[in-house]
Amino acid sequence: MPAILAVVKRLPEHVQVDDPAAQRKLAKKLERQQVPLRQDYGTKVNLFSHLHQYSRKKPLTQQMSIPSTVIHPAVMRLGLQYSQGIINGSNARCIALLEVFKQLIRDYSTPPNEELSRDLVAKLKPHISFLNQCRPLSASMGNAIKFLKKEISCLPDTLREDEAKEKLQDVIDKYLREKIVLAAEAISRSAFEKINDHDVILVYGCRSLGVLGRARSRGRRPVQGRSWCDRACVSPQVSKVLLGAHALLANGSVMSRVGTSQIALVSKAYNVPVLVCCETYKFCERVQTDSFVSNELDDPDDLIVLRKGQAQLGGWAENKSLRLLNLVYDVTPPDLVDLVITDLGMIPCTSVPVVLRVKNVDQ
Amino acid sequence: MLNLDTKMKLDFVCISDNMDMGTADSLRHIHQKIKTDVLVLSCDLITDVDLYKVVDLFRTHDASLSMLMKKAHEPTEGVPGQKGKKKPVEQRDFIGVDDTGKRLLFMANEADLDEELVIKRSILQKHPRMHIRTGLMDAHLYCLKKYVVDFLVENRTITSLRSELIPHLVRKQFSSPASLQQGLDNKEEDQKKKEQASLDIYSFIKEDNSLLKPAPDNSCWNDQRGDMNETLHEGKVRCYVHIMKEGLCYRVNTLGLYIEANRQVPKLLLNLGLEESLVHGSAQITDRGMIGSDSIIGSSTQIGEKTSIKHSIIGSMCTIKDRVKITNCIIMNSVTIEEGCCLQGSVICHNAVIEKGADIKDCLIGSDQRLEAKAKHVNEVIVGTEQLMEI
Repeated sequence: MPAILAVVKRLPEHVQVDDPAAQRKLAKKLERQQVPLRQDYGTKVNLFSHLHQYSRKKPLTQQMSIPSTVIHPAVMRLGLQYSQGIINGSNARCIALLEVFKQLIRDYSTPPNEELSRDLVAKLKPHISFLNQCRPLSASMGNAIKFLKKEISCLPDTLREDEAKEKLQDVIDKYLREKIVLAAEAISRSAFEKINDHDVILVYGCRSLGVLGRARSRGRRPVQGRSWCDRACVSPQVSKVLLGAHALLANGSVMSRVGTSQIALVSKAYNVPVLVCCETYKFCERVQTDSFVSNELDDPDDLIVLRKGQAQLGGWAENKSLRLLNLVYDVTPPDLVDLVITDLGMIPCTSVPVVLRVKNVDQ
Repeated sequence: MLNLDTKMKLDFVCISDNMDMGTADSLRHIHQKIKTDVLVLSCDLITDVDLYKVVDLFRTHDASLSMLMKKAHEPTEGVPGQKGKKKPVEQRDFIGVDDTGKRLLFMANEADLDEELVIKRSILQKHPRMHIRTGLMDAHLYCLKKYVVDFLVENRTITSLRSELIPHLVRKQFSSPASLQQGLDNKEEDQKKKEQASLDIYSFIKEDNSLLKPAPDNSCWNDQRGDMNETLHEGKVRCYVHIMKEGLCYRVNTLGLYIEANRQVPKLLLNLGLEESLVHGSAQITDRGMIGSDSIIGSSTQIGEKTSIKHSIIGSMCTIKDRVKITNCIIMNSVTIEEGCCLQGSVICHNAVIEKGADIKDCLIGSDQRLEAKAKHVNEVIVGTEQLMEI
């Protein structure tokens, strides 16, 4: 019988917040990189106590000097824009990240006796830790970082510093153009083919305005999704559902904004086709079957809503038996999704591992 | 109290006395040393604000300007030398902020307005709700982008930051660049406008701000909850303000505020729980019990018997003899006060000498002055002729 070698993958730190050993390790790493550790805020719901929960009112900059000696100002600004919710959405975050990396590379100069291909990656690490502390990295950002690190370490030694930097700028521009901008173009064209006359389309978490624009011009009515209650009411009239995705996982599940799986479920019950629009650069090798293990907790104070001048949940922290949960993502199982529209064409959910395998072979 | 642990490389640039320089002129003077965005502070600012709050506004919104303000204090006690209860002429500042209280929409001083407050329609179109506040004090703490400094260097007509540059920036947020307005003018006006256009701040904003470049395409990627909507769709000049609610913020540019700040500092130090006591270790005090708990005594100061000191601040190297009563005073360094004096509510400057038995109330005694024995002064300003100053 051949022995099967099991590869044990370490759990990432961000899902082990209630494990003191993991947190100590993280604290040591951040101290080495001179990045402050962001404190969690508020009591968490028990099921999600393994995740971080931060408050927007306590930014990371509270613990840093002005100006920062460790973090590049463009990265400081980006981190603040992430943590304050000014740059939101996985595409926007990824684009902003790559633009800032371009700036970092522009301002970088190789120290004497160092190789750019090794030193630059090392210099990027504290910045990535900082951004992670401001807001957990999204799957799109993670993939972009992996791609960039690979490109940097594959730089031939024969290149001069300015040539190397220019090559990296070009490589990043190409990634931005092909994987994000043109991919969106391709997706909106494909999606357009799927829209017929007199369709009522429900859109949720999908900002492909190109699709909506074209739909409007041919007299079709798109319906913007806001909360799942609306969906339940509207479903009998809806003929198609268009969903956006934060990431597509290796088992075909769709990780998207919270509420997506409910819409998919309701649509399935009414036999309405569910189409997911997702660029291939967001495809992940992770496998998730539930929305609990790996997720993100947003600022619980966001749920304090002013109605008629009164903040309904204003004193939630004082009430010991009250916990607020503001989830960001949820996972939709593949059998609820009919079609995934990508820049490579229209594929079923189960073809995601194939795409990933082909991508790896290419690289 | 200087925290000697801070590492800061200080570079002093002196301006000779005969050059009459405003704040903007001073910035222009050293502009070659400024290579990035800059934080401008006035040296008469005393504050315990969390600086990251002001700087974060500047960073997060990629602002051209971010500044600090606080609700102005009503002075609690009279100012020495002020004749009667004269209230200084109020030149109110009208500050308009948006709903979040952070974005600065409007700034005008009463002196520049006739009878009405004029608000441009473009402001209200983008920010339908505006809160106008008076009674806010400007702390003169500004974060400025590099291109604002560049603009200042070229535009030599601006002499003061506070009264000219800042209102100009606030106005520019909602007016389009001069070049866009040129279109239909005739030739002569074109020439004039061309010169003016080069002094328009928009021409100084570098175009390599790449975050804004993919903006039109980007708007569909953004979940437009946050402010980025503004950043992407509005003009490039953005001004923000952090208005302090609690804490210390004094600009000691008048005598009244200086005295007020001095009064507040002992309370603040007590709250901070500093290990150093308010009475310096090297001070020689005969009757400890007669020194009030919130008085500060400087180093090497000698205080005689039966001398009571309440709610006062005494500098270093002073000599205060016996049976002196000091209440609510500010006494600077190297002052000599002979026996039996009674001082109330006064400010005594460096090296002054007050002879025996003097009775001083609500006065301002300039430096190096000598008051004769048994002098009685109420509500006076006694300074040398070369020290005349405005109160």
